[in-house]
Amino acid sequence: MFTYSFLQHYWWFIISLLAGILTFLLFVQGGQSMLFSLAKSEDERRLLVNVLGRKWEYTFTTLVTFGGAFFASFPLFYSTSFGGAYWVWMVILFCFIIQAVSYEFQSKPGNTYGKTTYRVFLFINGLLGTILIGAAVATFFTGSDFLVNKGNITNQLAPVISQWGNEWHGLEALLNLRNWMLGLAVFFLSRTSAALFFVNRLNNENLEKRSRKAVLVNALPFLVFFLTFVIWTLLAEGFAVNPETGEVFMEKYKYFFNLIELPIVLVLFLVGVVAVLWGIIGTVLKETFKKGIWFTGVGTILAVCSLLLLAGYNNTAYYPATPDLQSSLTIFNSSSSEFTLNAMTIVSVFIPFVLAYIFYAWRSMEKKRTDIADINSDDHSY
Amino acid sequence: MELLDVSLVNWSRAQFTLTAMYHWIFVPLTLGLGIIQAIMETIYYRTGDEKWKQATKFWMTLFGVNFAVGVATGIILEFQFGTNWSNYSWFVGDIFGAPLAIEGIVAFFMEATFISIMFFGWNKVSKGFHLASTWLTILGATMSAFWILVANAWMQHPVGMEFNPETVRNEMVDFWAILSPFAWNKFFHTVWSSWIVGALFALGVSAWFLIKKRDVDFAKKSIKVAATFGLVASILTAVSGDGSAYTVSQEQPMKLAAMEGLYVGQEGAELVAIGILNSDKKAYNDTVNPFLFKIGIPKALSLLAYRDLNAFVPGVKDIVDGGYQTKDGIALSFDEKQVKGKTALNALAKFREAKKANDTSSAKLHKDTLMANYEYFGYGYLDKAEETIPNVNLVFYSFHIMVTLGMYFILLFGIFTFLSFKNEIVLVKSKLLLWAALLSIPLGYVASQLGWIVAEVGRQPWAIQDVLPVKASISAISTQSVQITFFMFLILFTALLIAEIRIMLKQIKNGPHHD
Ligand code: HDD
Ligand code: HEM
Ligand code: HEM
Repeated sequence: MFTYSFLQHYWWFIISLLAGILTFLLFVQGGQSMLFSLAKSEDERRLLVNVLGRKWEYTFTTLVTFGGAFFASFPLFYSTSFGGAYWVWMVILFCFIIQAVSYEFQSKPGNTYGKTTYRVFLFINGLLGTILIGAAVATFFTGSDFLVNKGNITNQLAPVISQWGNEWHGLEALLNLRNWMLGLAVFFLSRTSAALFFVNRLNNENLEKRSRKAVLVNALPFLVFFLTFVIWTLLAEGFAVNPETGEVFMEKYKYFFNLIELPIVLVLFLVGVVAVLWGIIGTVLKETFKKGIWFTGVGTILAVCSLLLLAGYNNTAYYPATPDLQSSLTIFNSSSSEFTLNAMTIVSVFIPFVLAYIFYAWRSMEKKRTDIADINSDDHSY
Repeated sequence: MELLDVSLVNWSRAQFTLTAMYHWIFVPLTLGLGIIQAIMETIYYRTGDEKWKQATKFWMTLFGVNFAVGVATGIILEFQFGTNWSNYSWFVGDIFGAPLAIEGIVAFFMEATFISIMFFGWNKVSKGFHLASTWLTILGATMSAFWILVANAWMQHPVGMEFNPETVRNEMVDFWAILSPFAWNKFFHTVWSSWIVGALFALGVSAWFLIKKRDVDFAKKSIKVAATFGLVASILTAVSGDGSAYTVSQEQPMKLAAMEGLYVGQEGAELVAIGILNSDKKAYNDTVNPFLFKIGIPKALSLLAYRDLNAFVPGVKDIVDGGYQTKDGIALSFDEKQVKGKTALNALAKFREAKKANDTSSAKLHKDTLMANYEYFGYGYLDKAEETIPNVNLVFYSFHIMVTLGMYFILLFGIFTFLSFKNEIVLVKSKLLLWAALLSIPLGYVASQLGWIVAEVGRQPWAIQDVLPVKASISAISTQSVQITFFMFLILFTALLIAEIRIMLKQIKNGPHHD
C-alpha cells in the first residue's frame, strides 16, 4: 500500500505527535509541583487537587501509549534505551507509580500514610517526572553511551544485543548541561501551562490572581532554558546518516540544516513557538483573557512535535550512540517490519475517533468553571 | 561483552513475577466488580429505584480505590519488557509490540475517558449517558485484557511470524493468525475467572452486612446480583478452563505433563483428581513413583486433552526421549532438538559472516540451513534436558488447587443463587453460609494467582515457546541494579496494598449510606 520509507516516516511522526501531546498534558505534573506554593489554604489546595485530578489519567495513559507505540514501531529503541538507560526510566516510572494512587487515596479515611504524604508524592512526580523526561528526550540530540551488535544473538553465553557503556545506566545523562536545559525547560513549561490551566478552569479570584502571576514567573525561566537548548542544538554538531550506505557521521549545524531543509517543520516549529508565547503574553497582559492554555497547549504540541521530527527526519540518527556512531538508531534501522508498520497504520485510523470522544467527554463534563462549592457537593471528590 | 549471569536471570524473573502478581491482585477485581456495578446501574436505570443507585455507588467507590492501584502496578509491567527483557523486546518486538500499542490506543483511552464520567458525571450528564459510560469503562478494561492476553498467548504459541536473518528477529507475516484459539481461550478463561473474583468479593462483603445485621436490604439486593453473576461466571470458567487445557495439550505437552505429574506417558491416561507428590523423585528418568498417593479418573486425561478416550498422552520422560507418535509425526528427543538448535544458531552466525564478506552464495546456503532448523532455535541455548522441565511440584499443586476451587465456587454460587431467589429467610439466618461466603473472598484471589502460576511456570524455560528461552531474553544490566529495583517494588507495592486494604475496609464499614 505505502512504501516502507513512507511508513517509517509516518510512524516517526506519530511518535513525535504523541511526545508533543504528552508534553502538553504534563501540565498536570506542573500543577502538582505548585500544590504547596500556589494554594494558601486547605480549601484552595483541595480545589487544585480536584481540577488536576480530573485530568491526570489522560497524561498517564498518553505516557503508556507513547511507550506502546514506540515499542510497536521502533522496537530496537525500546530494547536499547529502556534496557540500557535502566535507571533513568526506572526513576521516571517510580514517579508515575506514586502518582497513580495519590489522587484517589489522599482524602480517603484509612489511607494510612496521611494526606500530606500523597501530596508530596504528587509534588515529586511533578518535579522529577518532568525534568527527567525532558533530559531523556534531550539525549536524542546529545547521544548516549551504548553499543548494538545483533550478532550477539548467536553467542550462547552472551546473547544480549544492546549493551550500555557505563554502570550509571542512563543517569549519566544528568552530567550533560544541554540535557539539563531541556529538562528544566519542560519543568517550567509544565508549570506555565498549569497556571494557564488554572486561570481557565477555576472560579476563584485569589487563585486566579496568583496563577496569572505564576504564568510570568515560570514562563521567563522556561524561555531562557528552552532557547538555550534550541540555539545550542542548532549550532552543535549533529548525527547525520549517509542515505546510500547508512553510515552515521558527525555534521556541523546538522539540526539547523534540517530546519532549513524541512520547511514544513520550520513553519510548524515557528507557529508552535508563537502560539506558546501568545497564550502566555495574552494572559499576562489582559485580565479577562482566559484561553491562554489552548494557545500554549497547541503551540507546545506543535513545537515539541517538530523538534522530534528534526531528530529523526532528513537522514538523521534519532538515538545516537556516542562511543560507536554506527550503533546509532535511525528510523530505518530500528523500525518494525513493513508488514507490522502497515498493520499498525490501519490501527492508527482509530486515533481520530479516540481524540473525538475524549473531546466530547471533556466538553460534556466542563460546562462551567469549578469552585470549591462544586467540589464539596461532589460525592466522589478527592 | 558481559557473560550470561544466572543470578541476573533469576532476579529479573523474580522482579517480573513480583510485579505481575501484584498487578494481578487488582486486575481481576476491576474486571469483575466493573460488570457488577454496571449491572446494578442498569437495574437502577430501568427501575428508577434510588436504592439501586446507592448500591451502585457503594461498589463504585471500592472499584475506584482498587482501580488506582491497578493502574499504578500496570505501568511498570509494560515498560519492564524494555527495561528487563530487552533482548526479548528486539527478538519478537515486531509482533509483540503491536498488541501493546493497540491496547493503549483503543482500550486504555476508553477506560480513562469514561471512568471520569462514571465517577464525576452523576450530576453533569444524562442518566443514559452515565450508564453508557459505566459500561464503556468496563468494556475498555476488558478490551485491554484482550490485547495483553493475545500477547501472552502468542508467547505460549508463537504463530504468524517468520524469522528474518538480516534483521535477526522474528517478523510478523500474518496478523490474524495471532488471534489464535489459544488467545481466545486465554482471554475467556482469564476474564470469566476474574468475574468470579468480583462476584466473590461482592457476595462476601454483602454477607458481612448480613452477619452484622445492617443494611440488610442493600445486602440482599447485592447478593442476588453477585450470586447469579458468579454462578454464570464459574460455569463459564470451568468450560473455558477445559478449553485451555486442550490448547495446552496441543501446543505445550510439557506443561500438560507437569500439570498432571505425568512422567511416563500412557494410552487412555487417567486424570489425577487428588494426589500427593513423592519428594523422593529426584530425576525425570528414575524409577521412583512420582505419587505417594493419588485418586484418578480413568481415561479422563486422554479424553480432555485429545478428545479421545484412548489417546496417548506423553509424560515428561517421553517428551525428553522422543520417539512417540504425534499429530505431526514422530516426536524428536531433546538431544535431537538441541542439535537442530545449535545448527540454527551456528548457521545464523555463518550467514552474518558471509553477508559481511559479500559472499551471496554461501549466505544463501547458511540461510537455508538456518530456516530448516529454526523451529528448534531456542534449544541451541540450552545445555541439558533437565532445563526443559518446569517445576512439576509447583505446577501440579497450583493446577489441582485451582480446579478444586473452581468446583467449590460453582457449588457456593449455586446455593446462594437458589436461596436468594427462593428462600431469603434461610439465607439471612444461616450464619454458616454467610461466613462461608465471607471467608471465600481470598479463595478467589488464590485460584486466580495459581492459574497464572500454571500458565507461566509451566512454560519454563521458554519466554517464547521453543524459540527463545528466558535466559536469552534479558537485558545486560548488573544483578545489583535488579535487586535494588526488586526491593523498591516490593516495599512500594506492599505499602500501597496495605493502604488499599485499609481504605477498603473503612469504606465497607461506612456502608452504602455514607459515601
Ligand atoms: C486480563 C487482564 C490483564 C492482564 C493479564 C494484564 N493487565 Fe494490565 N491492566 C488490566 C488488565 C490486565 C486492566 C483491567 O485493564 C487494568 C487493571 C486495573 C486498571 O486500571 O486497568 C490494567 C492496567 C494496566 C496499565 C495502566 C493503564 C492505564 O494507563 O490506565 C498498564 C500500563 C498495564 N495494565 C500493562 C500491563 C502489562 C504490560 C501486562 C502484562 C505483563 C498486564 N498489564 C497484564
Ligand atoms: C497479570 C497476569 C500475569 C501473572 C500473574 C503472571 C505471572 C507470571 C509468573 C508467576 C512468572 C514467573 C515464572 C517463573 O519465573 O517461573 C511470569 C513470568 C513471565 N511472564 Fe507472566 N504473568 C502474567 C501476565 C503476563 C503477560 C500478559 C505476559 C506477556 C504479555 C507475561 C510475560 C511474562 C514474561 C516475559 C515472564 C518472564 C519471566 C520468567 O519467565 O520468569 N506475563 N509471569
Ligand atoms: C474449574 C476448573 C478450571 C480448569 C479446568 C482450569 C484450567 C486452566 C488451565 C489448563 C490453565 C492454563 C492455561 C495455559 O497455560 O495457557 C488455567 C489458567 C488460569 N486459570 Fe484456570 N481453570 C479452572 C478454574 C479456574 C478458577 C476458578 C480460576 C480463578 C478464579 C482460574 C483462573 C485462572 C487464571 C487467571 C489462569 C491464567 C490465565 C490463562 O492461562 O488462561 N481458573 N486454568
